[in-house]
Amino acid sequence: MIVAKRKPFEEILQMIAGHRKVLIAGCGTCVAVCLAGGEKEVAVLAAEIDMARRLKNQPIELGQTTLERQCDREYLAQLDDRAASYEAIVSLACGVGIQFLAERFPTIPVYPGVDTCGLAVNQDVGWYEERCRSCGRCVLDRTGGICPVTLCAKGLYNGPCGGTNRGFCEIDPEQPCAWYAIYERLKGQGRLERIRAITPVQEWRDTVPRTLLQPGYRKPEKAKS
Amino acid sequence: MMKSGSNLEKILRAGHFAFTGELGPPRGAHAEEVRKKAAHLKGRVDAVNITDNQTAVVRMASWAASLILIQEGIEPNYQMVCRDRNRLAMQADILGASALGIRNMLCLSGDHCLFGDHPTAKGVFDLDSIQLIRMVKQLRDEGKFQGGAEVDGRPSIFIGAAANPFADPFEWRVQRLAKKVEAGVDFIQTQCIYNMAKFREFIRLANEEGLTEKVFILAGITPMKSLGMAKYMKTKVPGMDVPDEIITRLQGVARDKQAEEGIRIALEQIAELKEMKGVHGIHLMAIEWEHRVPEIAERAGMLPRPVVN
Ligand code: SF4
Ligand code: SF4
Repeated sequence: MIVAKRKPFEEILQMIAGHRKVLIAGCGTCVAVCLAGGEKEVAVLAAEIDMARRLKNQPIELGQTTLERQCDREYLAQLDDRAASYEAIVSLACGVGIQFLAERFPTIPVYPGVDTCGLAVNQDVGWYEERCRSCGRCVLDRTGGICPVTLCAKGLYNGPCGGTNRGFCEIDPEQPCAWYAIYERLKGQGRLERIRAITPVQEWRDTVPRTLLQPGYRKPEKAKS
Repeated sequence: MMKSGSNLEKILRAGHFAFTGELGPPRGAHAEEVRKKAAHLKGRVDAVNITDNQTAVVRMASWAASLILIQEGIEPNYQMVCRDRNRLAMQADILGASALGIRNMLCLSGDHCLFGDHPTAKGVFDLDSIQLIRMVKQLRDEGKFQGGAEVDGRPSIFIGAAANPFADPFEWRVQRLAKKVEAGVDFIQTQCIYNMAKFREFIRLANEEGLTEKVFILAGITPMKSLGMAKYMKTKVPGMDVPDEIITRLQGVARDKQAEEGIRIALEQIAELKEMKGVHGIHLMAIEWEHRVPEIAERAGMLPRPVVN
């Protein structure tokens, strides 16, 4: 899933400093699961803002909503009637959702309430680890199901580098070395020849804005609103 | 067949035991600092590595310091890390380096930015060291850019790379060396060796795989200046293997004798490495200790350096 972390409170407060009526919009999917932008977090942020503004003697009117998904038009449409009555929106969705919301209501400033941090697994409640940078050219077949782009600090395709230290990465004695793990896993599977071959220079695909059209589908003539 | 015509290549191809040194460019624009350090190395080594933003700390560009060395009549071994430039910048620098007379190059991944003075910088790593080796080889031998277009005027570069026999997993280290050989490397300089037993084993495996016939191997030596340095290298430097016996030896002498003991250890290592099948030279990394190189070279029996025309 996509994980995000709420922005420091002061930063959010600064963004909405000039506004008197603001909508806080959460998202019920990834950011709700990772405890950054679901219904509960929306309520907490609203309470904090309310309190801070009262203390500053600058009261603010706050609306709260949590959409099923902010990356989907169908759900954004639910705000069509309400959005215009707010001076600004703080979105707690991931960067994708925030942008889609801003695109839907182009005359209203939309502010990010979270920092989107990547595509991660749920290791435990409140603990997530990044696993994929969506490079668009997956090499997991060659690397034993361990992503060198994300988990190797240098994104090496022919690792490990000389800095690997007893199975850990040179950047941090608690960060496992991806290439050490790749080696161990492939060795266990008897497939070391996979990394014995040189992986050639990467043809990067994430250097331009990407669009995706699945086979059998067509782009709509003009995006419907 | 001669590939670059560098002094280092000539020495190695003639079958001499090579001796290279190392110089870190200054944290500023003073050419004089490079010249001062270089003076100690002149005539004592066959080529001098010029580090490239070593440990991710910004310094004078390695190509620039390399050119200062050429002005001083010393052959540089121009280091290039993958951390700081993409394939366009790399190829441009390689062509420029060759045009201005740089003939040796060392292809490295580079330390992570987190170690240096700009820890939040974005590391480039468009290529890794193995891919860089292959790119230089393609420029030189096929006259083709990485993107496929023809090069008008191929660079003459003796291609080097590093090998760390002590990083994990040990069994994979020789395989990684094999990958570098396959990519087209001409010579290897190893990480600083302190664990001789492990290094002997590494070379034995490399000999067994026939790698030492395909690539020249220069064994990396860094004399310990003090007990403190040895302890730091043992515990703080990733991928460094300092056995307890080195620490014990340095502990066994008075503080003011530790540097001498460190040099003695290095000299014993060099003596053994000279006789080791599959080792073709020494790479002496006397970090901020350039002024001791003449003495070390002399005592190691490395002088005078052979001249090959
Ligand atoms: S290689 Fe890594 S970053 Fe690329 S798609 Fe696969 S998992 Fe994601
Ligand atoms: S130590 Fe391992 S994970 Fe870290 S940069 Fe080197 S190869 Fe990558």
